[in-house]
Amino acid sequence: MAHKIEMPKLSDTMEEGVIVKWNVQEGDRVEAGDIIAEVETDKATMEVEAFDPGTVLKIVAKEGDAVPLGGIIVVIGEEGENIDGLLGDGADSGGAGGASTGSGGSGNAVDVTGPGVGGGGTDVAGGGTGVAGGAEEFDPILGDLQGGAGAQASTRGTAASAAGATNGVSGATGVGGAAMGGGGNGVAATAGALATAAASGARVKASPLARSMARERGIDLATVRGSGPDGRIVKADIESARAGAPAPQVAQPVQRATEDIRVSQMRKVIAKRLSESKFTNPHFYETVDIDMEHATSTRAQLNEISDVKISFNDMIVKACATALRKHPYVNSSWLGDTIRMHGDVHIAVAVAVPDGLMTPVIRHADQKPLSQLSKETRELAGLARDKRLQPDQMEGSTFTISNLGMFGIEEFTAIINPPNAAILAVGAIRDVPVVKNGQVVPGKRMKVTLSSDHRIVDGAKAAEFLSTLRNLLQNPLLMFLSEGV
Amino acid sequence: MATLQFREAILAGIDEEMARDERVFIMGEEVAEYNGAYKVTEGLLEKYGFKRVIDTPISELGFAGIGVGAAMNGLRPIVEFMTFNFAVLAADQIINHASKARYMLGGQLSCPVVFRGPNASAGQLGATHSVAYDSMYAHFPGLTVIYPSEPDDAKGLIKSAIRSEDPVLFMESEQMYGMKGEVSDAEDYIIPIGKAKVKRQGDDVTVVATGKMVHVVKQAAVELAKNGVEVELIDPMTIKPLDMETILTSVKKTNRCVVVDEAHPFGGVAAEVGFLIQREAFDYLDAPVQRVTLPDVNAPFSKKLFDLWFPDAKQVVEAVNAVTYRG
Repeated sequence: MAHKIEMPKLSDTMEEGVIVKWNVQEGDRVEAGDIIAEVETDKATMEVEAFDPGTVLKIVAKEGDAVPLGGIIVVIGEEGENIDGLLGDGADSGGAGGASTGSGGSGNAVDVTGPGVGGGGTDVAGGGTGVAGGAEEFDPILGDLQGGAGAQASTRGTAASAAGATNGVSGATGVGGAAMGGGGNGVAATAGALATAAASGARVKASPLARSMARERGIDLATVRGSGPDGRIVKADIESARAGAPAPQVAQPVQRATEDIRVSQMRKVIAKRLSESKFTNPHFYETVDIDMEHATSTRAQLNEISDVKISFNDMIVKACATALRKHPYVNSSWLGDTIRMHGDVHIAVAVAVPDGLMTPVIRHADQKPLSQLSKETRELAGLARDKRLQPDQMEGSTFTISNLGMFGIEEFTAIINPPNAAILAVGAIRDVPVVKNGQVVPGKRMKVTLSSDHRIVDGAKAAEFLSTLRNLLQNPLLMFLSEGV
Repeated sequence: MATLQFREAILAGIDEEMARDERVFIMGEEVAEYNGAYKVTEGLLEKYGFKRVIDTPISELGFAGIGVGAAMNGLRPIVEFMTFNFAVLAADQIINHASKARYMLGGQLSCPVVFRGPNASAGQLGATHSVAYDSMYAHFPGLTVIYPSEPDDAKGLIKSAIRSEDPVLFMESEQMYGMKGEVSDAEDYIIPIGKAKVKRQGDDVTVVATGKMVHVVKQAAVELAKNGVEVELIDPMTIKPLDMETILTSVKKTNRCVVVDEAHPFGGVAAEVGFLIQREAFDYLDAPVQRVTLPDVNAPFSKKLFDLWFPDAKQVVEAVNAVTYRG
């Protein structure tokens, strides 16, 4: 008995998944537990496994397709089984279009006999060969095998209007057909239908004449403003563009193609969550300049004895975790009627990945020694870059650190990562002249900026947290005295 | 040049051809003793006698068939229908016999018959007396369809029609029979079938119209000229074979076209002209071709509804404004 596998819900916030890779092909045998596909969710790339053995009968979603939750991605069953019933409406939408083209044959025939029209009364040879219709894409029973909008549009429109139907034919074709059947006298009605058809899509709209004029004169239509309906570029626009154009001898700047990139699942989530955060949470920002001289020397000493290399970031994570224990308001979440003060300290670290940003979470960061923080951070960052993070490795943060110091950024402000109450933006450690005991001496400074949600954290509270943080980093040994070292 | 009514111009053409060729004869309801329902055949009975000017019973299919048979046997009949609305009864003879005889018999005979009479609406005559049949007959291979708009064209073309070796439908208008116009008095004045005339020159938009619609467009052109829009009016005169060359030359100059047709929209002359323009002059078009036609509704009798139904100059102006991107 064939069964379909639907897009599974692989994370709490997932609404659709993109098939990244199929590990099987149609006709392949699969066993229960086989990993048949990889799916990109809003969080990570996850594996989809087969729960029952069988043969892959039909791969419904191709690589790169975005499939909503519950959408069929593949059908598995016994070889030779009829699966039409399982596929249902989605797969058959092309066929319905074909069925309406009973008159399609004659529609195509018109084009074939076209040249005879001018021939006239005595020219008996005018007709005849039309039945063959529109070449190999046209099947007399199924209709246009391309099944699509293009070539078939006029034929379908005719069929629809002849039958007096105003629906049943999809989209713009239906509109055109209805206008044709009903109208004619109404110039306005015709124009309206045209406008509707033209309204979709971002292509440059230009009359055929404007196109050929632009081609002849070397004018890029993309640079011309259209004055016609829906911005259609017409003759007059090309003529005025011509008048305003620079002399043709001037070297034209190279025109490079503009590209529309499909928004990845990850980017959709970044866009949604960060917009929500920035536009909902009342952010405010406080910056402190921290003397990193002791942190630098302490780190050098630690690295002489430590198995794993301790980074400044690890020390900042540690310092934050320690400071958060002392300032629980910063380690909390706004829930509307209540403020949740988190007992645990789970610190998310923003990691840049090729097409976005991930925030793996170091759980119980306050209870882990520096060496473990270092190891975990490295592991999680690696998984993030490979898009192998599992949902539980990305969920449950209570605070976030975003460090752009390695890019030489002096200071910046970050958007709070919901449901956190604050995020720390870490800048680069700079060699700067500092005044010590009345003397200008070389010093090391690092600016950090805390973005706080004012609904939870007030200015003074944020300042207290930053003060503790600064103290810990300026005197790193304090961290080793703190609880949980 | 003589000034003649439209009916007199047709009569002059018929008279000249009857005098020139004794095989030419005319028959139809009231063509002889009554001098024609619209007096197109006035005086012919007196001049040519009952043998060549024949009153028929009210039996369109019958006398159309006699005409087709006579033509196949070497005569050159002119069959007058009191209106083409009544010729629907004779459609079998026209469509199934006249148009196909030469083709089905491998060219062994021809059928040089002229069917003529008023076509299309003549005001409040109701749904069954107001139909434009030109595009319907033009649909069939083997038929020539002529629809002149002015007396001079009517005279030159009726003579060509009578001399044609194949069946011709010659369409007139009840409302134009009294229209006067200058008619060439050149001896044996012939206008060839299948040639359009540029009735008005202009650079801004091509308007194609035949028959009564030519006069609607002329009215609209005067209005449009006041706003600086110059209409080039093309009257194909022969609907089939259609002189697309003249139309395309004009469209390539003006880049815009409106087709005005006193017929319903579906599959009419306007549809055909529009199709051919987009195929042959696509890169010259600055706007989609527009058409002004009757709606897809039968003729109403009520005066108010009739005025809404019938294509008028205002609709032509609107269509021209649409293709020239004005107002």
